Amino acid sequence: MTVDNADDSSRDERAGTSSGPTLPILNQPSSRRTALKAAGAALGLAAFGKAVSPLWSIPENVSVDEFLQQHYKELTDDEKRRVFERLEAETQRQYGKDVTISDPPPIPGVRFGYAINLSKCNGNGACMEACNQENNHHRGVDQSYIRVLEMTKGSMDMEHGTTSYDHSVPQEDKFYMPVQCQQCENPPCVTACPVEATWREDDGIVVVDYNWCIGCRYCEAACPYHARRFNWEPPEIPADEVNPDQGYLSNRIRPQGTMEKCHFCLHRTREGRLPACLEACPTGARLFGDLNDPDSDINWVLQNKRVFVLKEELGTQPNFFYFFD
Amino acid sequence: MPSMTAQKQTSLASPDAIRSYPRFLWWGLGEATNGGLGFYVWMFVLTAISLVGANAWAHQVAEGMIVTNMTDHVSWGLYIANFTFCVGLAAGGVMMVIPAYLYDDEEMHKVVIIGEAVAIAAIVMSTLSVVVDLGRPDRFWHLIPLIGRVNWPVSMLTWDVIVLNGYLLINLHIVGYLLYMRYLGRKPNPKWYVPFVFLSIIWAISIHTVTAFLYCGLGGRPFWNTALLAPRFLASAFVSGPAFIILVMRILRLTTGYAAPPGPARTLIQIIRVAMTINLVMLASEIFTLFYTGGAHGASAQYLYFGSHGHYGLVPWIWTATAFNLVGTALFFMPAALERGSIRIAACLLCIAGIWIEKGMGLIIPGFIPSTLHEIVEYSPSLVEWKVTAGIWAFGFLLLTVLLKLIATVFTGDYEAGPIRGPSSGQ
Ligand code: SF4
Ligand code: SF4
Repeated sequence: MTVDNADDSSRDERAGTSSGPTLPILNQPSSRRTALKAAGAALGLAAFGKAVSPLWSIPENVSVDEFLQQHYKELTDDEKRRVFERLEAETQRQYGKDVTISDPPPIPGVRFGYAINLSKCNGNGACMEACNQENNHHRGVDQSYIRVLEMTKGSMDMEHGTTSYDHSVPQEDKFYMPVQCQQCENPPCVTACPVEATWREDDGIVVVDYNWCIGCRYCEAACPYHARRFNWEPPEIPADEVNPDQGYLSNRIRPQGTMEKCHFCLHRTREGRLPACLEACPTGARLFGDLNDPDSDINWVLQNKRVFVLKEELGTQPNFFYFFD
Repeated sequence: MPSMTAQKQTSLASPDAIRSYPRFLWWGLGEATNGGLGFYVWMFVLTAISLVGANAWAHQVAEGMIVTNMTDHVSWGLYIANFTFCVGLAAGGVMMVIPAYLYDDEEMHKVVIIGEAVAIAAIVMSTLSVVVDLGRPDRFWHLIPLIGRVNWPVSMLTWDVIVLNGYLLINLHIVGYLLYMRYLGRKPNPKWYVPFVFLSIIWAISIHTVTAFLYCGLGGRPFWNTALLAPRFLASAFVSGPAFIILVMRILRLTTGYAAPPGPARTLIQIIRVAMTINLVMLASEIFTLFYTGGAHGASAQYLYFGSHGHYGLVPWIWTATAFNLVGTALFFMPAALERGSIRIAACLLCIAGIWIEKGMGLIIPGFIPSTLHEIVEYSPSLVEWKVTAGIWAFGFLLLTVLLKLIATVFTGDYEAGPIRGPSSGQ
């Protein structure tokens, strides 16, 4: 390659006349200046390193195996077993409790449905407490997957409801409406997720792979029922309160920065037990069962009661129903 | 320059030209970081603010998103608000490209590269705004096609990631190619950039449309769930983008002597006049529908403009934006706006600030208030969020400064060393 030297000199002249006010060092020959710039860049990089130093806590909390872990659906049984073992060891280390992480698959042919009798629910909130304990929720905030709305009689408009009531229940002019994940047939949260970290299982339960979720919270914006919860900080649970019976896609302790939601207690219900919130409810307002089984209680309700779903107009097709006696 | 052009055209064979591109970039970086005292002070301040932002973000990653003021009720905040604006800024750059290439506006052609540089910086800022919003940035790779597992084509966020990166690449190619050819003193070969320019026009519109679809596709959020959102986004982008570019051209003229002819700025002002009017008309029609119909659809608008149930957090924001937009628009319509002067500058600043609020704090936040179960939980950004956002802007300006410096250097031929001095040139 040849370069025309005449051009160089003409350019040098132009450069000399164009500089404005300069530091004394700025008019140094270009090698000097390059050295100064290099020094500046090195200084900048060092300052950058210092500024982002809190990031060094990541390798402490996120092991290489966790970082490289694939999507749940891409894991072989063998890999799953190793992941579960790793998570059990981590829970032991971080929370001081021996837990078992299982992964019961959907029962073929079953589609779960839930119904709440609004004539019976009296807003006592036992379901929320049970959820909090069963699902290893962060104790710092009184979290559960359920919100109970105290609604004013004479209106189904949630605008006239409140979740923050703290008087004795039930109040004469009120009725109570628990809302949790509606396990939509057509879930907008699943459509929204950019990385398929959340999906609908064959039994209709919408689950999250807490180890794949990137924490963008798009699903939380998409859900019309405020059913999703984000782990704004690492959950704190005293060792003696940790529920050791854990499911990978359900109630294992969730990592900070990821999304979670109600999973119909799939670690219980897929093994033939009932959801914790149902067991805890003292009023018998809750009803859980297999929608595909024509003889189930829930199907009897669907056929014999006036049943409605929330925000039907949105086309989400909930598997969660409400009715009055 | 023209005499040089002819000489060098012959002296550089094309295989060399490709191989020496990295060296051109290295040279460009050197040139772009040469400057006077004011330049170094500017770069130093921007670096300092960027570092403050980087530090705040690192803390956020270590301690959790709890250091922001976002909640399960208002789950997106300042970051996504700023993201929305920056995408608009990037798309707005196309308003120089269209007159230059579709209408063969000669003068615009000379400065269109500035719009492309602004687009590059704005896209980088948008991407950073999304990254800092992630709860698990360490899992960012899950979003990368082929390596991760992307929910394409249904997730609008996946689309957004793809179109934003595509737009960035297109603009990097165009700017890089044009500068390099200019630097070599060769005439750019239209085959190598004109198709990309036309692609960039469509692409610019698509990035902002997809960003609007991100919100308006959510049936559970009545405030966003309106077909007018995408057109409104585009109209406001065609104000904020050109207004920003006018300011940039002004600063360039004052600092580097790289003076654009007066024509392009005038064209941009005409575009702003039309776009802003359309934007305001659509906004008015939106507001009419929301308030006249009332009900659940109007709940967010009620909260935004007048407060509701004793909560007034966004009221000062939106009225500030409304005032800025109206006054800014009025100024743009004054004949004086067509001349260089303070009226034009004031109009640009007011509209940029007004649109930043209108699209961010005035659109993203009220989408969450009241929540889907009609709870009202307010939001105002935390100090960490402000620091991170300031850091992103500072970094964007840093990048833009380097790009513009390079452009000005190459275009004014104001460089002290010859192109590509290396062992192979035998010197
Ligand atoms: S209720 Fe919300 S979280 Fe549950 S499936 Fe429907 S959209 Fe998803
Ligand atoms: S927060 Fe997680 S689950 Fe929700 S959309 Fe983002 S990546 Fe998917």
